[in-house]
Amino acid sequence: MKRILPFALAATLFAHSAHAQVSAANAWVRATVPHQQATGAFMQLQSASATSLVSASSPLTPDVEVHEMSMEGEIMRMRQVPAIALPAGKAVELKPGGYHIMFLNLKQQVREGDTVPLTLVFRDKAGKTESLQLKVPVRGLAAGAPQASAGHDHP
Amino acid sequence: MFRLFSSRRFVLAGLALCTLLLGACKRDEPVSFHGVDVTGTTFGKDFRLTDPDGKERTLADFRGKAVAVFFGYTQCPDVCPTALARAVEVKRLLGRDADRLQVVFITVDPERDTPAVLKAYTSAFDPTFLGLYGSPERLAETAAAYQVIYRKVPTESSYSMDHTSSSFIYDTQGKLRLRLPHSLGAQAYAADIRTLLHSN
Repeated sequence: MKRILPFALAATLFAHSAHAQVSAANAWVRATVPHQQATGAFMQLQSASATSLVSASSPLTPDVEVHEMSMEGEIMRMRQVPAIALPAGKAVELKPGGYHIMFLNLKQQVREGDTVPLTLVFRDKAGKTESLQLKVPVRGLAAGAPQASAGHDHP
Repeated sequence: MFRLFSSRRFVLAGLALCTLLLGACKRDEPVSFHGVDVTGTTFGKDFRLTDPDGKERTLADFRGKAVAVFFGYTQCPDVCPTALARAVEVKRLLGRDADRLQVVFITVDPERDTPAVLKAYTSAFDPTFLGLYGSPERLAETAAAYQVIYRKVPTESSYSMDHTSSSFIYDTQGKLRLRLPHSLGAQAYAADIRTLLHSN
């Protein structure tokens, strides 16, 4: 029982891949308005052994890319990145203001409450790949805003 | 006669002294801001852009309100929705003063941000938020007038827009007063707007 409980808890919080190397938690996609052509997915990724997120795909659109946002002074920069490194046992956040998965050239609106299937592909140094299938809930357009309501002064 | 003159001089001197003291008093008032005070600056004097209904807009349309102007694009996954969501929170924090703030979102991506998308996008946050666009030339002029940088960056299947993420805050007389960094939280942002609304 002692050993089962934490596992059961982890299973509810994390979506595991077949080999349970990589897990994703708190994944969400930002909703769009009609005719808006792009949006992002955010989550926390963690891998038992070192690997990298190298690609993502979804039936939502053929164009899914891994991007990184950064600030250069007051200038917001957005770049496609070839991979996101996941050091062994360390959670890596894909969040507003940093890494995210971009869905581009969308043909339909992504509505709050919808679920977006997303497949993430990881490859380690030895070239071993694994994939993680997620069903990601869509949150409102204004989600992930500065947590002002929680009393935070900075996003 | 001399006495009258002297008493008049006395009164005048007294008045002058009062004025001086009042002036000193005013100067001592702590009108401090969380953002950068750019009062008297020569940049960002005005804009002339189009709203989603096709109407030309300038700052003069919002006289009597504080105006928060920032640049962005709707395909932007985080800075822009974060800025707009913060603006929603700022209005909530302003309470009774909320109606005295006009939020203006200028798209740096008029190619994809059609009037319909722009309107749906800003309205999804708050129906009073106004999205504005211009021709590529007009946008370039406007950005230059605000010392705002924007740049198209290709990605594998599309493109994104690097852009300056600061907010420009005007007082109720249409004078540019503050430049607020993107990192400023809603509380501090609202405090600056409130200070502006109550200091003129």
